[in-house]
Amino acid sequence: MSILVDRTTRVIVQGITGATGQFHAKACREYGTQIVGGVTPGKGGTDLEGIPIFDTVEQAVRATGANATCIFVPPPFAADAIMEAADAGLPLAICITEGVPTLDMVRCARFLEGKTTRLIGPNCPGLITPGECKIGIMPGYIHKPGTIGVVSRSGTLTYEAVHQLTKLGIGQSTCVGIGGDPIIGTGFIDVLRLYQDDPGTTGVILIGEIGGTAEEDAAAFIKAHMTKPVAVFIAGQTAPKGKRMGHAGAIIAGGRGTAADKIRAFEAAGVRVAKSPAELGSTMAAALRS
Amino acid sequence: MNIHEFQAKEILRKYGVPVLEGGIARTPEEAAEVARRLGGTVVVKAQIHAGGRGKGGGVKVVRAPDEAATFARGLLGRALVTHQTGPEGRVVRQVLVEQGCDIARELYLGVVVDRGSGRVAVIASQEGGVEIEEVAARNPDAIHRELLDPLVGLAPFQGRRLAFRLGLPKELTNKAVAFFTGLVRAFHECDASLTEINPLVVTKAGELIALDAKMSVDDNALFRQPAVRAYRDEHEEDPRERAAAKFDLSYIALSGNIGCMVNGAGLAMATMDIVKYAGGEPANFLDVGGGANAEKVREAFRILLSDASVRAIFINIFGGILRCDVFAEGVVAAAREVGLKVPLVVRMEGTNVERGKQILAESGLAIQTAGDMAEGARLAVAAAQRGAGGALR
Repeated sequence: MSILVDRTTRVIVQGITGATGQFHAKACREYGTQIVGGVTPGKGGTDLEGIPIFDTVEQAVRATGANATCIFVPPPFAADAIMEAADAGLPLAICITEGVPTLDMVRCARFLEGKTTRLIGPNCPGLITPGECKIGIMPGYIHKPGTIGVVSRSGTLTYEAVHQLTKLGIGQSTCVGIGGDPIIGTGFIDVLRLYQDDPGTTGVILIGEIGGTAEEDAAAFIKAHMTKPVAVFIAGQTAPKGKRMGHAGAIIAGGRGTAADKIRAFEAAGVRVAKSPAELGSTMAAALRS
Repeated sequence: MNIHEFQAKEILRKYGVPVLEGGIARTPEEAAEVARRLGGTVVVKAQIHAGGRGKGGGVKVVRAPDEAATFARGLLGRALVTHQTGPEGRVVRQVLVEQGCDIARELYLGVVVDRGSGRVAVIASQEGGVEIEEVAARNPDAIHRELLDPLVGLAPFQGRRLAFRLGLPKELTNKAVAFFTGLVRAFHECDASLTEINPLVVTKAGELIALDAKMSVDDNALFRQPAVRAYRDEHEEDPRERAAAKFDLSYIALSGNIGCMVNGAGLAMATMDIVKYAGGEPANFLDVGGGANAEKVREAFRILLSDASVRAIFINIFGGILRCDVFAEGVVAAAREVGLKVPLVVRMEGTNVERGKQILAESGLAIQTAGDMAEGARLAVAAAQRGAGGALR
């Protein structure tokens, strides 16, 4: 079992003819994901190594029966691509694009209200149900099918966590990168709720970072609603105040959003916090044993 | 990207937000000239990208042009230290000379992106001239907030509600709503991430004026903001951060002695953390990104080595898209070209890692490889301590 995606998920790729979209569409297909179509306005009627390309998302959905989209459209046009996916009624949209203007996402989030589309990202590595479906840019081979959920604001740090788990022989149910931007579609709590309700998930690793209060809110949710063990790491314990640490959302502003605050919130909720990023896997293993 | 007070005021003026008459001066003579043109009492304000200028001695009310020149002479070309600049301060290169005004009340007004709701929020408080974070901590009920629907912007009823909550006299309500609306339009149309008017003053003559103005603009939106882009002041940026940005590298200088090179922002922060956990101090945050090529690696090396305090370099790469063999070739080429002056520890994992390690081993360069992050951090900390002791220099 898994959350959000499995071997039946039918995926289209928006921005499939760009270098990044092309590369990852093929990599996802090689992993076993059903890549059923692509969208590039003006390139409809052509194909990428047998993957049919359409001018609009609506046409692609109608022709292929897709139920998910992976968006690689450049930043100035990414919010529009998300809205097009929602308009076409796709239940799941994953936006990988980094650098989307924040106010575009404010409008986009408003557009998504009342629609049935769940957005993951932007500025995220995507999500993967090991052995079944990979939608995104993560290296597939480090994953191993299993029962641990991994949810994170980061990309490569998620790979690190997954790699540690796999080395310990612990497989993953579904790994979700929710994205490093200030405004994202799906947050920690949404994913935690899915893990809690998924019979195929027995424990969760949550990787947070400085900035905002999403981790504090997640800690309160875990305390109130989670019965499955959760292990946490917060990146940026040594980050200076007022500096944006790579991710647009990773900034300690006005003394809020520090790693220390977040770690305190999780510890107060009875959640195990890894002190070092090298202990992500072992902290999860310990939480599973207790 | 941050802009100066006088630049923010130029923008606000275009949106009908009332600001005082003034002019920018880069020499004491120019300051006197502006003061003469304005006449009467004027205020001379240092222009740097940091708050707390008043308390730091960077703002003064003066009564005559020669006094304006004297005060400007004391500021220009010197570092101004405030609680936001750090002990080294920021060099003042220009001063804003503005009309004086009779202040009856000082209020706070801000526009921000509220992450929790995904909306733009207008924030107001009766406590002007104080940092809003301080008010939030001491008296959160004193802060009024209006969340904006992006399809509507600030609705007039929201503007009125704020005006009433600020306790403004009835006859100022319409002026206040116009003020707030102009500010919100400026925020949206300039792709701002933060705009603060602190203080927003009510004058004894019953006018609302933006006495100070702070504006930060979303870096991701600068591509469509050519006018704002022209406001960039490179003097206000760290030279290494600026050099990094040219190659699409994300670099932030810190105070330690272990240079870090990592792919991915989260892993880069975690690498700083693990260096600290191992007993060392990171010299920087450096994210080379997912698409690092040989050129980027070389520039990253140059930037790390240009920091004289760096005693060891720790490279931590999780190769996904970025293949370890390609990265290793980049490291070897960069180390040969730039010269390896300090110990180098490399931890690599991911796609083609064995080939990558082989390339490093066969290079003949003194590179230590680590099996995991923790070992890498330990080796780097030990190397930096030896380096600081002089053994390897």
